[in-house]
Amino acid sequence: MDKKWEEMTREQRQEVRFERWLSGDGLDFKSPAAKSEYQKRITRLKDAIQLKKTPDRVPIFPFGTFFMPQLGGLDPKGSMYDVDKLTGAMMKYLTEFDPDYWSSAIIIINGPALEKLDYKLYKWPGFNLPDKYVYQCIEAEYMKAEDYDTLIDDPTDFWLRTYIPRIIPGLQGLQDIPSLMSVIELPCIWPLLFTLGLPHVQEALANLMEAGRLGHEWSGKIAAQDKEAQEMGYVQFVGGITKAPYDVIADTLRGTQEMMGDIYRRPEKVHKAMETLTPLMIKYGLSGPAQSGNPMVFIPLHKGADGWMSDEQFRTFYWPSLKAVIMGLIEEGCVPFLFAEGGYNSRLQYLNELPRGHCFWLFDQTDMARAKEIVGGTTCIGGNVPISKIITGTPDQIKEICKELIDTAGKGGGYIMGMGCSADEAKADTVHAMIDFTKEYGVYK
Amino acid sequence: MAKELSKLIADLKENEALDLAKKLLKEGQDPMEIMAAARDGMKIVGERFAEETYFIPDLIFSGKIMKGVAELAEPFLKDAKGGQPERIGKVVIGTVEGDIHDIGKDMVVFMLDVSGYEVIDLGIDVPRQNFVDAIKASGSKVVGLSGFLTLAFDSMKETIAAIKEAGLRDQVKIMIGGGQIDEQVMSFTGADAYGQDAMAAVKLANQWYGG
Repeated sequence: MDKKWEEMTREQRQEVRFERWLSGDGLDFKSPAAKSEYQKRITRLKDAIQLKKTPDRVPIFPFGTFFMPQLGGLDPKGSMYDVDKLTGAMMKYLTEFDPDYWSSAIIIINGPALEKLDYKLYKWPGFNLPDKYVYQCIEAEYMKAEDYDTLIDDPTDFWLRTYIPRIIPGLQGLQDIPSLMSVIELPCIWPLLFTLGLPHVQEALANLMEAGRLGHEWSGKIAAQDKEAQEMGYVQFVGGITKAPYDVIADTLRGTQEMMGDIYRRPEKVHKAMETLTPLMIKYGLSGPAQSGNPMVFIPLHKGADGWMSDEQFRTFYWPSLKAVIMGLIEEGCVPFLFAEGGYNSRLQYLNELPRGHCFWLFDQTDMARAKEIVGGTTCIGGNVPISKIITGTPDQIKEICKELIDTAGKGGGYIMGMGCSADEAKADTVHAMIDFTKEYGVYK
Repeated sequence: MAKELSKLIADLKENEALDLAKKLLKEGQDPMEIMAAARDGMKIVGERFAEETYFIPDLIFSGKIMKGVAELAEPFLKDAKGGQPERIGKVVIGTVEGDIHDIGKDMVVFMLDVSGYEVIDLGIDVPRQNFVDAIKASGSKVVGLSGFLTLAFDSMKETIAAIKEAGLRDQVKIMIGGGQIDEQVMSFTGADAYGQDAMAAVKLANQWYGG
């Protein structure tokens, strides 16, 4: 008899989520072979993650942002300004390179929609960067030190009326709408209705309408391409996204350098803010899989890497709230996919505080043999093919690197092949070498 | 008292350090001496960073304390005699064109500065011509190119080519560093050396300036 969700263990919940994903519900497979390939790939991933069974071979996931369209022949500007070319390039990449998994182009946002919003948090190609460059975040103090209390009091309100108007000048009008508490009853609603009619608020709403129209059409086409690719047997890897509470504040609210001052100047505010954000980041992380039916929740890690803080700072400021987010996702049966950019050599022992078989840690420059030894019994690891070698190296060099990775990190399963970072650029011959060699040499006997 | 200021800065005691600096300035102490004491404190921070008892947040925060001391001392400095301390040599540095990341570069600037170099920091997203111009204007013998994104590989290569084209390649040693930079990227770009951290930049500069 089927158990109720509330009664299930986290292992059972994960199993249910994988089953749902595996079923391919809503997909109209091109052929029985495509369906079988799709299911084999998810099973391979599941085996690598759960650490119960050795997969049939090392799964292959070249994680990227502009990497795939570039290999499909489209530059970053084209990727942000022409959705038909973008989806075409994605399909070209998939059919030409045939990886097990890819990450959707949905994170390459529509340039004109961003222009309409006067979006200031990033620079992007085709607007304020040359065509060949990839989008980049502009760090600044978008949240002032004195804003901590406002954030802590009511994060969503802070988002709507303070943060959004600051990073998106096209929506500046939102800063003048009243507290949304005003919709609580009919007699109270008049300030909202009144301010929504102010000319600059109307302008913000008009900008939202237009950006929404552009974004809706754009994302719809990418979703259609994602669906079609899965119907051909490829597996889209990322089901949701969230972030470490420390990074939420350090990356785009306070900025890296101001945050480094905050942990000395106002540590109690930092703690309080992270405490406030933690349940919201769990909820946000769960919202993706609820929509996509894919349990993998991407968590890019930034400010806790080797050298970026001391062990004590990591233990005090970074890890507890990150661990809470990871555990919140795990308890609901999701699989946190943590991208540890830079090195994570000094943090590895913390990973053993997590339950076995629930995460995927993608490592950039971490020592993989050591990682396998320390955390291989706890978690699936992956990545580490240096992007520098993918871009400037030779196929033989890449094969050598992949062989070493399969022999050490891949021993007995629990390893996913790929580059160590979310790549923007690549060279066809080295990427082919990574994928083709792993398909052959990475088979578990 | 000046020694006390160095210690407070080295121990990252911001309020105490600023209070003491204020007091010393009010008492009429030589602002140049106060600045020198502050720099000594920063030097200790640099040493602790090099020996890994301090990490990036500590380095960055010490920079904020130093800035606070400098702001306090500034009105007094106008009347003071003397100039900057002796420098070993000059280093031109910047994040290459197309890349707007600054933290790695800022740490290298910090470590070079506390190690006795005059650093000409060109900032981020620096067009190659600016490097050429800065080398010409400063006569610097060392250039540092920083880059976090992989697009920086090409940018570094092009910057080094521009330096060569301007006839300056023999005059300078070029080091590169940042996120994904390794030995292979070094040969790809034509740089003389690469470094994985800020200490490596100091070692290279010392080597090249014979310090």
